[in-house]
Amino acid sequence: MTNVATKPVRRPTGRRTGVSKPSGWWALAFIAPATIGLVALYVWPFLSTLMKSFQDVPAFGPATFVGIENYTTLIGDGDFWKAFGNSALYTAIILLGIPLAVVLAALIEQVGRGRAIYRVLFFLPVVTLPVAIGMVWRFIYNGDFGLLNYVLSWFGVDGQFWVADPRFTIYAFGVVGIWMGLGINLIILGAGLQAIPKALYEASALDGAGRVRQFFHITVPLLSPSIFFVTILSVIAALQMFDLLFIMLRGVNNTALTDSKTIVYLFYEKAFVQFDQGYGAAIAIVLLMVIMIATAVQFRLQRSWVFYG
Amino acid sequence: MKRKWIAATAMVVATGLLAACSGGSGDTSNEKVTLTYANWSEDQTPAMKQIAAEFEKANPNITIKVQTLPWPEYWSTLQVGAAGGTAPDAFWMLADHFREYAKGGQLLDLSDTVKSNNIDMSAYPKPVSDSYTYEGKVFALPKDFDTNGLWYNKALFDAAGVKYPDDTWTWQDLQDAAKKLTDPKKGVWGIAAPIDSQGGFYNTILQAGGSIINPEGTASDFASPAGVAGLKFWTDLQAAGESPTLKQLSDTEAVSMFENQKVAMYTSGAYWALRFYKNADLKDKVDVAPLPQGVKRATVTSGIGNAGYAGSKHPEELKKFLAFLGGTKAAEIQAATGTVLPAYQGTQKPWLDSMPEFHLQVFIDAIDYSVPLPVAGNASEWQGLAPQFLSPAWDGKKPVEQAAKEYQDAVDQVLAKQ
Repeated sequence: MTNVATKPVRRPTGRRTGVSKPSGWWALAFIAPATIGLVALYVWPFLSTLMKSFQDVPAFGPATFVGIENYTTLIGDGDFWKAFGNSALYTAIILLGIPLAVVLAALIEQVGRGRAIYRVLFFLPVVTLPVAIGMVWRFIYNGDFGLLNYVLSWFGVDGQFWVADPRFTIYAFGVVGIWMGLGINLIILGAGLQAIPKALYEASALDGAGRVRQFFHITVPLLSPSIFFVTILSVIAALQMFDLLFIMLRGVNNTALTDSKTIVYLFYEKAFVQFDQGYGAAIAIVLLMVIMIATAVQFRLQRSWVFYG
Repeated sequence: MKRKWIAATAMVVATGLLAACSGGSGDTSNEKVTLTYANWSEDQTPAMKQIAAEFEKANPNITIKVQTLPWPEYWSTLQVGAAGGTAPDAFWMLADHFREYAKGGQLLDLSDTVKSNNIDMSAYPKPVSDSYTYEGKVFALPKDFDTNGLWYNKALFDAAGVKYPDDTWTWQDLQDAAKKLTDPKKGVWGIAAPIDSQGGFYNTILQAGGSIINPEGTASDFASPAGVAGLKFWTDLQAAGESPTLKQLSDTEAVSMFENQKVAMYTSGAYWALRFYKNADLKDKVDVAPLPQGVKRATVTSGIGNAGYAGSKHPEELKKFLAFLGGTKAAEIQAATGTVLPAYQGTQKPWLDSMPEFHLQVFIDAIDYSVPLPVAGNASEWQGLAPQFLSPAWDGKKPVEQAAKEYQDAVDQVLAKQ
């Protein structure tokens, strides 16, 4: 590729030319580890899930083919649509965190010394055990003794049961989700920021552009590929939300859990609590399609706002 | 999805192993054998290890590996393991999961073991041993059992000048006491009234003369007059403000409310005894009385069973181990460590003696009027419906009769599926 301009090099005869045919085998051998992993860990489970979604799979014993029954049940299942709505709402809240991440990334970039400290602080949630995160946030959100309500009481605001009140549960989780995703997002956006030529800022400053103007007219457009990437990842992660629910709503004594189930939680419940793996598989397949559609739509939309320079 | 793959691979590997081993496993009693024994309780693991060590002493060719899995993963791991051939050899079983495993042929039939080892099935509380029998065959031997009692805080009773609960108490006595004990200014409630099936409304429905689920396991009984009365017992306490609200009980579970001395009464099982006893603040303030009686006296009971995996490579050694787990020695070790109430009759004394300040005998006396925890149909599915359908009644947003009817319809729908 690099020497297209030079005179074509005559290929030496001998061993090297002979490589062309067996090289197909060599190539296969070299990519085999990756291929086997891919097939075993992704393709095969996908196919088996797809197959199960057309079957009635009892906890133990042979499965029976039931055609599209699982899917027709799913369409008529109020629980599924509710979970779908919850996942969509949660995803929307998570998307609100992206502008926040962009602003924070730009601010951190301004910090001279100690930038790494901020990065580490924001990255900590990513490497913290979800169980620990869930426990800490349950304490923060506790209606009677929680930290959040304590702080609110300074301002004379009446606290709420943020997790245990079904009206707030998803929003409360959205805040935790944004906080948890911030670390990764800041790393990606930070890398994107460093790729923006400093000269642009210097030139615009000479032309009299202030910080805010620079942010909207230089930083955001030039960062838009990174923002797009972050958005794709966030949406996929948000649609798969499960752990927070599982950890933070364990032992709730009202409808907070039933009212806030996400798609993946419903999948878990059907497949692993109620032993209905066929139905669970159908949910998983539908979720996969939802994620694919959401991603395709974003790729379509990016044409109008992502600037590739 | 990954799990399924693991299960499948495991199955392939395991079938290979099975084939390889099937030649050798005859009557070779001196062969070195390792059995795994799974549970979900860190608290009880030391006692389980002690039992395993005791068994190994008598059976030097068998090594027992005790495995502790966290509760949220226990059942999914067991299910995938059983389907894939990699389940532990011996494991704890619960009545509400039992049917699914017995029906699916995953459990080792212990009927012959019971006969050849002269195990006296009447030594176990009948409701518990019955719940581990499927189509006349024994598939698990009861390990422990729990009945319910009325835990109460003597200090709060003294402060309010209320007489302590005793075995003469009726529903009315409890309601009167709850009223007097409630003191909003001090942040103290008379009782905790969560939506709790096993420790709560199942008992009161039975006490009102109801049946929870009919004996055939085809329909539930929540909307009958007795069912409604049993539910009203709790919703009335909620409506009167004599219990923390459901939201409060969601953020801080009932037992913690009781431990923090925010509620004066809490109906629950014997399994809290050790936790209360170890709490220096509570030890001298807490005691337990029988549940108050309604139309009659009643409590649900259940217990853990020790079951074996049908696909185990060493069924003979496993049967030996399970018989040991069901015997007096294992029961005595459990009792002496104070962790649980062992199922084997006559072995409970060390447990009682380990916490002499508490009147724990009430839990043993309760066996006489206990009823098995209902486990018909896909129990884990319909049991999960309670908070969804009963919250509106507890919160006072729907009449109890209406919520009970909707709950009953939803449960019946699940029961009809089998």
